Amino acid sequence: MHELSITQSMLEIVLQQAAKAKAKKVTKINLIIGEMTGVVSDSVQFYLDILTQETIAAGAQVSFTLVPSQGKCRNCGRIFTLPEFDWTCPDCQGKIIDVISGKELFVESIEVE
Amino acid sequence: MEIKVLKNILGANDQIAAKNRELMAKHEVFAVNVMASPGAGKTSVLLQTIRALKGKTRIGVIEGDIASSIDAETVAKEGIPVVQINTGGECHLESFQIQNALNNLPLPDIDLLLIENVGNLVCPAEFSIGEDLKVLIASVPEGDDKPYKYPLMFNTVDAIVLNKIDLLPYVKFNVEGFTKTVKNINPKVELFKVSCTTGEGIQPWAKWLLARMKSK
Repeated sequence: MHELSITQSMLEIVLQQAAKAKAKKVTKINLIIGEMTGVVSDSVQFYLDILTQETIAAGAQVSFTLVPSQGKCRNCGRIFTLPEFDWTCPDCQGKIIDVISGKELFVESIEVE
Repeated sequence: MEIKVLKNILGANDQIAAKNRELMAKHEVFAVNVMASPGAGKTSVLLQTIRALKGKTRIGVIEGDIASSIDAETVAKEGIPVVQINTGGECHLESFQIQNALNNLPLPDIDLLLIENVGNLVCPAEFSIGEDLKVLIASVPEGDDKPYKYPLMFNTVDAIVLNKIDLLPYVKFNVEGFTKTVKNINPKVELFKVSCTTGEGIQPWAKWLLARMKSK
């Protein structure tokens, strides 16, 4: 369900930027989404198709760039992709890991006519 | 033509959250965002916390639910100010809803504001509402594998209250394994083990909460 409010917020940003550029049509929306957010691309496209009716973004396609969940070991500084289970540093077996990516939710760019 | 945007999708939510934070700071209100899956015992933990802190601080409550006001009515019996938010289908509270609720609470008479989020381990983790503290209520019957399934939630919170520990003799739940996983995903998190049925562990949790509030 949270894709609905995320799509609404995203569309607000998109329409603002498109208006600023005096665009007539938005054709593509490029998003950067962290893996950990669990946002589902099909859901976003589904809500977007409904929310954009009668706006200049009607028919716009969403493109997702997924950012993998990465962690940094606080002990040795190694950066590694966080597995689903057991966040342990593969080098020093350190157990204290800071999340450095995977929480992103960004509109990167839009393509307009 | 491509236009570079690079804007945080939840920027608008974060801006209102910042306003909420400002308003609460002005009235010296300490806000706690209480999250959990449905049935983990959010309302029960809230009630126990309210009773444990009676006379020690002035509490207010915001109840977030998809529908109904059952929880708000239960809490209101404790004689404290409470506002119910019905999200009407949305699976989490957003900062603008909290903004409305704050306008309906006697903020000068509240020191500690407990905000019960919608029962869900996914979406509330992403939406800041202007809180000072994020707390997750986990419970024994849910199983000890939840941190693996909802890493963002377990990574985001300041404290985890493991509820229903009175059921440990009857349920397969590895407390040691759970603790290890939780500390792995979130090294800074405080973990409390409680039972709202027996009252076990409520005092240390309430004491810690009060101390966090006073240290702000």
